[in-house]
Amino acid sequence: MANLKTTEKKTKAQSMGLHTEVLTGKTQQKFFNPDEAENFYYWGTYDVDFNKRTELDVNDMDCKEANKKIDELMSQGYGTIVIKNPQGKHSLGVGILNKLNLIFEGSLGYFGVGSIDGPTVRVNGRVGWSCAENMMAGKVVIEKNAGSCFGAAVRGGDLICKGSVGARTGIDQKGGTIIIGGDAGAFTGFMMQRGRIVVLGNVGINLGDSMYDGTIYVGGKIGSYGSDAIESPMTKSDIDWLKRKLKVAEIGENFDVSKMTKVVAGKKLWNYDALEPTEKKGAI
Amino acid sequence: MCGIAGLIHRGKSSNVGQELQGMLQALKHRGEDSTGYALYGDTDGQNFIMRFKVGENVGEGSSSVMEDVSVYDERKKIVDSYISQMGAKILKEERTLPYSLRYEIDYDKGDLLEFSQKIESIPGVEILSMGKSLEVIKDLGNAKAVCDRYNLGDLVGTHAIGHARMATESGVDIKSAHPFWGYPFSDVSVVHNGQLTNYWNNRRILENKGMRFMSECDSELIAVYLAEKMRNGATLEEGMKDSLSGLDGVFTYFVATKNSLGMAKDTMAAKPLVLYESDDLVAMGSEEIAIRSVLPQEIDTYDPFDGEVKVWQI
Repeated sequence: MANLKTTEKKTKAQSMGLHTEVLTGKTQQKFFNPDEAENFYYWGTYDVDFNKRTELDVNDMDCKEANKKIDELMSQGYGTIVIKNPQGKHSLGVGILNKLNLIFEGSLGYFGVGSIDGPTVRVNGRVGWSCAENMMAGKVVIEKNAGSCFGAAVRGGDLICKGSVGARTGIDQKGGTIIIGGDAGAFTGFMMQRGRIVVLGNVGINLGDSMYDGTIYVGGKIGSYGSDAIESPMTKSDIDWLKRKLKVAEIGENFDVSKMTKVVAGKKLWNYDALEPTEKKGAI
Repeated sequence: MCGIAGLIHRGKSSNVGQELQGMLQALKHRGEDSTGYALYGDTDGQNFIMRFKVGENVGEGSSSVMEDVSVYDERKKIVDSYISQMGAKILKEERTLPYSLRYEIDYDKGDLLEFSQKIESIPGVEILSMGKSLEVIKDLGNAKAVCDRYNLGDLVGTHAIGHARMATESGVDIKSAHPFWGYPFSDVSVVHNGQLTNYWNNRRILENKGMRFMSECDSELIAVYLAEKMRNGATLEEGMKDSLSGLDGVFTYFVATKNSLGMAKDTMAAKPLVLYESDDLVAMGSEEIAIRSVLPQEIDTYDPFDGEVKVWQI
């Protein structure tokens, strides 16, 4: 098991005197060891059967009760769960770490299906701010509109909104794909670091402001570009990828992706090229 | 954090007191320091309704002080005499709480500036609202507590805006609570969620133009700012559009007049707002759960974009 005590001080930051603290006791940082993978237990996961279906009415439940009930149902092997009457409640369906078909018949409030890793989610309504924040893997489809910070800091998976979204979509995005069928507000892709954002409609001001990396595709008008966001030519691989992704997402049928605008990071905003490769990797 | 909510019925009246109470109570987790209502009731439009306070309900962090009821009585007497001096007549008088009063007044001169300045020259007295339809009720506690205290559940009207406050910029007291009256304009009220960063600069400019501030709450600036624009001939919508560049900071605010309800969102879109719009009802709030309290069925809602201004008529 590696720890900071035995890690060689090779990085530029450490040679400059940074990160030299020695951690002990409970604060000691541990790293994943592949040799121990056999005993690795992913907490909160269950073997579920997609054909085992149930419904859950959360009208009289708060979010804690509802999420606990979803967990209980998964522990009983239910692989398809339909949530009735979500009524715009916050934080529903968060922290689900295994395969699951989760269907919300209604709208969610803030932080819906945040920090998920694996489930396929369909929301037959609208979602509030910060939907699918920190999503690791899986697929989330929103049938109507979404609020601001849609897909904040997502790291993987597909996040699809068939309507329009608010401001700061994909803020701090670290991977995965976000697809918007309608318009997106200001600061779309703000400080994004990896991954792709596809907006079929218009976007607001400051698109891709301070983005480190990643790609944004826009089908409509762009309000304005943010700092360090620049246009880049569309390539065949871009077009092929967009066609495939939109088809899988069941959105934008007959949409001419070749006319979309591709936006990437100019990487001039900060001294990106002066970094060592390891630091560059850490930065993005 | 604070939460705001508002609704307007188009072409009919409804129990807006009860409806707004439900909306604001759904937002109580956004702040329970104080709750305020601006209700536009059905009236004959003949007389002014004046809601005012002669003392404070004081909470943590307030610079106000608790005072004896005899002080309130003394102030009330002076208010009554000043109203008479101004040529107005008190038609109906209600004293809901020792420090909070509601008068129906016959006053035909129409210059509310002179009238308000006279009344507010009495130390400790503040007019919360003045209008022929508007009634601003605000006090400490959550929406239900304030609604029950002032018996607002039965109020019928066309539209209303309200605010659930988590005090950040000023103390926990009524003078800092929302909504703010658009002094000295009849029937204008404002609620705000956010922070204004050029409050003092704007306040100095507006005070030099003769505008009045009663609190140190940054949100009051919006009411005063819009009132000053309208005083100079701008329409409400023009004033609101101008505020997007004139006010600095993050904000979503609602403003209501006798016949209309409007919303404005700053150019950063940093503060939330969810909106439902149909031919006969517009309902909006900081969170969808506020709208759900009046429309539990599945509906289409959306977030207005950055820099958006909208105004609806009854």
